[in-house]
Amino acid sequence: MVEDINVRIVDDLVANGVTLITTVPCKQLAEVIREVEYREGVLHIPSNKEDEGMGLCAGAFMGGRRAAIIMQNTAVGVTINALTTLIQYYRIPLPMLISYRGGLGEPVACQVEMAVHTEALLAELNIPTFHFRRTADVEDLDKILKFTFMCNKPVAILSHTSFWGGY
Amino acid sequence: MIRSEIFREIAPVLRDRLVVCNIGIPSQELYAIDDQPTNFYMLGTMGLASSIGLGLALSQPKPVVAIDGDGSVLTNLGTLATIANNVADNFILLIIDNGSYGSTGDQPTYAGARTSLARVAEACGCERVVECRGEATRDALEDALASGEMTIIVCKCDSGNAKMPVITMDPVTIRDRFMAAVAD
Ligand SMILES: [Mg+2]
Repeated sequence: MVEDINVRIVDDLVANGVTLITTVPCKQLAEVIREVEYREGVLHIPSNKEDEGMGLCAGAFMGGRRAAIIMQNTAVGVTINALTTLIQYYRIPLPMLISYRGGLGEPVACQVEMAVHTEALLAELNIPTFHFRRTADVEDLDKILKFTFMCNKPVAILSHTSFWGGY
Repeated sequence: MIRSEIFREIAPVLRDRLVVCNIGIPSQELYAIDDQPTNFYMLGTMGLASSIGLGLALSQPKPVVAIDGDGSVLTNLGTLATIANNVADNFILLIIDNGSYGSTGDQPTYAGARTSLARVAEACGCERVVECRGEATRDALEDALASGEMTIIVCKCDSGNAKMPVITMDPVTIRDRFMAAVAD
């Protein structure tokens, strides 16, 4: 039984040694970002843009930390160059918790425009991609994080609106 | 004074420091002038040298010098706000501001025209911002290292590149030996 997914997500990140988390906000991520901000032992660095955040994570990793990024799926469009020429090229592990807008129930038409490309882009980049559709899917997070730091790759967790409790 | 001449002057100061060096000709020049395991060379990803440097500085205690260019800072201008609001006193951002996109054929940048990166950095909230001529870079860098305070150095210099070979070292080798030097 999952009591609070936002607490649980940050608990699992911390349990896997993640101590620096960069975020770019999304309405659906507001609560988990709040949890990151106030969690003891986690350095929260908000980024202005997601590729900047990936630079921060790469530097943190080389400095001996484990880092993660939390962002919206529109960021997949922003970060393709950083993902390929920095994170993948230098083999840096990077868990990416991504809010996946533009699905069933979406009220904002423009969100669908990026949603239709999100999974294809991740597949094209050979980025291992996991889906959180229901609350119970958070149970996989611990294993996904261990997988990420085992294989030194960027790994996407597409968290659907249904996971966050709807619009 | 052009970038490669500045690199020759500051190489003895940089030698044992952790350095994150910008993509393209800057990395090629630093690699040719004084390759060190403490140098992290960017082979791609224009604009992220300062972000990588800040992440590194926030994650371990050794001083970090990120060498960036005016064009690259302009492409990731938000970095100056992130740097100002997440102070790492072991972080120095050295912007070699030659007013041009050096690696792509010396096209002019806005930093060489009306835009002052030093004033942008100040407006972003960076407290220790030093603008200097190329000739004064070594002194400014030594001062910044001695200050123990986060410093942004904007080094105004001439446009121009030295002819150096492309770096063929594998990225994972660059990263691996750099991480060993960080941990050493
Ligand atoms: Mg330049």
